[in-house]
Amino acid sequence: MAKLQLREAIRAAMVEEMARDGDIFLMGEEVAEYNGAYKVSEGMQDLFGADRVIDTPISENGFAGLGLGAAMSGLRPIIEFMTWNFAFVAMDQIVNNAAKIRYMSGGQFSFPIVFRGPNGAAGQLAATHNSSVESVYSCFPGLKVISISNPDDAKGLLKSAIRDNDPVVFLESEFMYGMRGEVSDEEDYLIPIGKARIARDGDAVTIVGHNKSYWRAMEAAEMLEVDGYHAEVIDPRTIRPFDWDTVIRSVKKTNRLVIVDESNPFASVSSEIAFQIQSRCFDYLDAPVRRVTAKDTPAPYAKNLMTYYLPSAEDTYRACRDVMYLD
Amino acid sequence: MPIAVEMPKMTDTMEEGVLIQWNVDEGAQVAAGDIIAQVETDKATMDVEAYDDGVLLRRVAAEGEALSIGALIAVLGQIGEDVDAFLAGRGKESASASAPSQAVASDSASSPTASATPAASNTLSTGRLRASPLARRMAKDHGLELGTLTGSGPKGRIIKRDIETQLARPAPAVVPMPEPSRKLVRRYTSVPLTPMRKTIARRLAASKYTAPHFYLTVDVAMERAIEARRRMNADAHEHGGTKVSFNDLVTKACGVALEQHPAVNSSFNLEDNEIRQHGYVDIGFAVAIDDGLVTPVVRDVPGKGLGAIATESAGLAQRARARQLQPPEMEGSTFTTSNLGMLGIQEFTAIINPPNACILAIGAIRDVPVVQDGQVVPGKRMKLTLSCDHRVVDGATGARYLASLRRLLEEPLLLLM
Repeated sequence: MAKLQLREAIRAAMVEEMARDGDIFLMGEEVAEYNGAYKVSEGMQDLFGADRVIDTPISENGFAGLGLGAAMSGLRPIIEFMTWNFAFVAMDQIVNNAAKIRYMSGGQFSFPIVFRGPNGAAGQLAATHNSSVESVYSCFPGLKVISISNPDDAKGLLKSAIRDNDPVVFLESEFMYGMRGEVSDEEDYLIPIGKARIARDGDAVTIVGHNKSYWRAMEAAEMLEVDGYHAEVIDPRTIRPFDWDTVIRSVKKTNRLVIVDESNPFASVSSEIAFQIQSRCFDYLDAPVRRVTAKDTPAPYAKNLMTYYLPSAEDTYRACRDVMYLD
Repeated sequence: MPIAVEMPKMTDTMEEGVLIQWNVDEGAQVAAGDIIAQVETDKATMDVEAYDDGVLLRRVAAEGEALSIGALIAVLGQIGEDVDAFLAGRGKESASASAPSQAVASDSASSPTASATPAASNTLSTGRLRASPLARRMAKDHGLELGTLTGSGPKGRIIKRDIETQLARPAPAVVPMPEPSRKLVRRYTSVPLTPMRKTIARRLAASKYTAPHFYLTVDVAMERAIEARRRMNADAHEHGGTKVSFNDLVTKACGVALEQHPAVNSSFNLEDNEIRQHGYVDIGFAVAIDDGLVTPVVRDVPGKGLGAIATESAGLAQRARARQLQPPEMEGSTFTTSNLGMLGIQEFTAIINPPNACILAIGAIRDVPVVQDGQVVPGKRMKLTLSCDHRVVDGATGARYLASLRRLLEEPLLLLM
C-alpha cells in the first residue's frame, strides 16, 4: 500500500488509464503548462504531450462542449473544472447534452466523459466559490455522480468513471487534495460505481456522510464511542446511482439515521436520503430522520461565520444523541 | 370477489357504534343506497347504507354488538362465493383488532397487564398515541397494547426502549387467591358502556379537567314572567300554537343577554391562541333521554320570537327523546342551559359543555316568603346558577351577564326591545 495525497491518487488514476488507452485525454484551465491549479495534473503534459493534456481558455461552456463532441466522435475526455462553481456556465452542455442525448438519440450516441473538479466548501472564498453541486447534477437522469472522501476511493472510482461509457460528474475537494491516505497498489484497482462503503460497524445509529461530511460523521462516531455507543458510518461514495440497500440494511439494524451533508438543506442529497428511508424503512424507525447540513444561506466570508455555516462533528454528535433519545 | 361492509364513521367524534338492528336478511338482494342496518353512535341512531349491489352473504356483526370504526359488519357478493375463505383472509387483522386480551393471555411471557401503568402524557389531542413507527410494529408483533405503556421519548413518545423494557419485565407472579367464601362475594351487574355514555364521560371529564369552573347564583323574582307566560299561552292556545314554557322564556332571555355580553358568548381556543367571540347566538339545551342526555341547539335565539323558539325547542326535544336527532342538530352551540326545575331541584351547578364558556343551571320556581315594603308577602323565586370557564369569563363579567339576564326575566317586556 502506498500512502498518497488525494491529488496524487487522482493523478495516478488518470495516468494509469491514459497509459492504457490512447483515446483518453485531459482538458481544462491550467491543467497542462501550469500543472493544474491544485497540482492534480502535475507532470502529465510531460508524460503524454500537449495533444493529450490540453490547456483551455477560460470558457467552461466551450470546452465542456468540445469534450462532448470528442466523446460523440469516439474519444474519452476527462474535463477538469478548476472548481465546480465555474461549471455553472457549462450547465447547458452537461445537463442538456451530456445527460440527455443518449436517451434522445435512441442510444446512437454515448458519452464516455468524466467531468471532474473540486466541489463544496473551500474556506474563505465567499458565496460564489463555496457551492455544493451534487444535488443539482443528481436530479438529472443520465448523469452518474460520484463524490469521494479519501485517496483510495478517489483512485478506484475515478478509474471506473473513466472506463464508464456514460457521463460521470466526479466531485473532489480543495480541502482534501493534500490529505494523505493508503491507496491500494493493486494493478487495475477499480471500485464499482454505485457501491457504498460501510466505514465503521455499529448498532446504535446510522450516520451517512459523503466527501468532507464523511469525516464529520467519523468524528461524531468517535465522540459517541467515548459515550459507549457504536455508530455505523456509511460513505455512499456514489450519489447517483445511490446504494439504497446498504443504507436500508443499516437503518433496519440501528433504527435511526443521521445524514451529514454540507450542501444547503433544501432539496439536497440529504433530503432525498431522508425521504427514501422514511418511505422504505418506516416500520423500522424509532426516531425521525435527522439532517446536519450547511445553513440555508449563501456561504459567508468571515471565518467565524463560515465555521458556524458548515455542519460540524459536534452538531452531528448532538443529532445522533437526539435520535438515540439520550438527552 | 366478496365485498366487505365495514362500520362507517358517521360523526366526527364517533369511535364505535352499536349495531342495533339488521334490516336485511342473509341471502337477500341489496342495491347500492339500500339501508341495510341501523347503528347507534355516540350522538344518534343512524342508517348504514350499502355502497354496492349484491347479495348479503353474511351478517358478521350481531344485533347489540359494539364495533369500532372499520370493523367488518357484513359481507356482500354473489351467491356461491366463498365467504369463509374471504373471512379467513381478513381474519388475521380482525382477530388482533377485536380480541387483544386473548392474544396477550396466550403469551404469558410478555403479558403486560399487571404491571403496566397507563400513560396520560403521550396522547395527542386527537386521542392518538405518540409512538415511533418501530415501537408500533414491535408492540403489534408482541401483542402489547401501546396504551398500557409509558413513553420515555420526547412528549411521552413510546420508543423502542420502552417496548424492550416492557418485554424484559418478568411475567407477574401468580398469587394464589383464597377460595372465596360465597357469602363474601360482592356481586354487581355489568352495564356495558354505550357510545353515548362514553362520549358523556369523555367530554365532561375533559371539560372539568381543563376548564377551571366557578359558579355564580342569582335568585330571580318570577311573578311577572309567570304572568307574561300565562297571557301569551292563553293567546297561543286560541291560535293552536305551541305553548311557551318557562324554559323558552329563559332561553330567549339568555339569548338577548348574550348579545349584550359577547364575552360570555365565547370559546377558549388554545390551539389558535385566542378567545373566540361568536358573532351569533346558538343555545343548546340539555334533554334527558333514556340512558343519557343530548343537547339540541336552537339557532339564532335573539333573532327569533318566543313562539318560534317554543315550537323549535319542543320539536327538538321530542326528536331527541325519539333518538332521531342528526349530529348537525346538536353541534355548534355557543352557550348551553340545563334545567332540572321540573324535577324539584332548587339549584345546582352544571358542567360546562365544551367549547362553550358558560352553562346556565335552571332551578325550580319556588313559593317563598319575601319582604316587600317591610311586609312579608308570598313570592315566586327561581335560582339560576352560571358555571363559568375562568379562562374566558372573569367573576365580574359573569356577574354582569347574570344581572342582565335577571332583569330580562323580572321585566319580560324588555324581551321585546
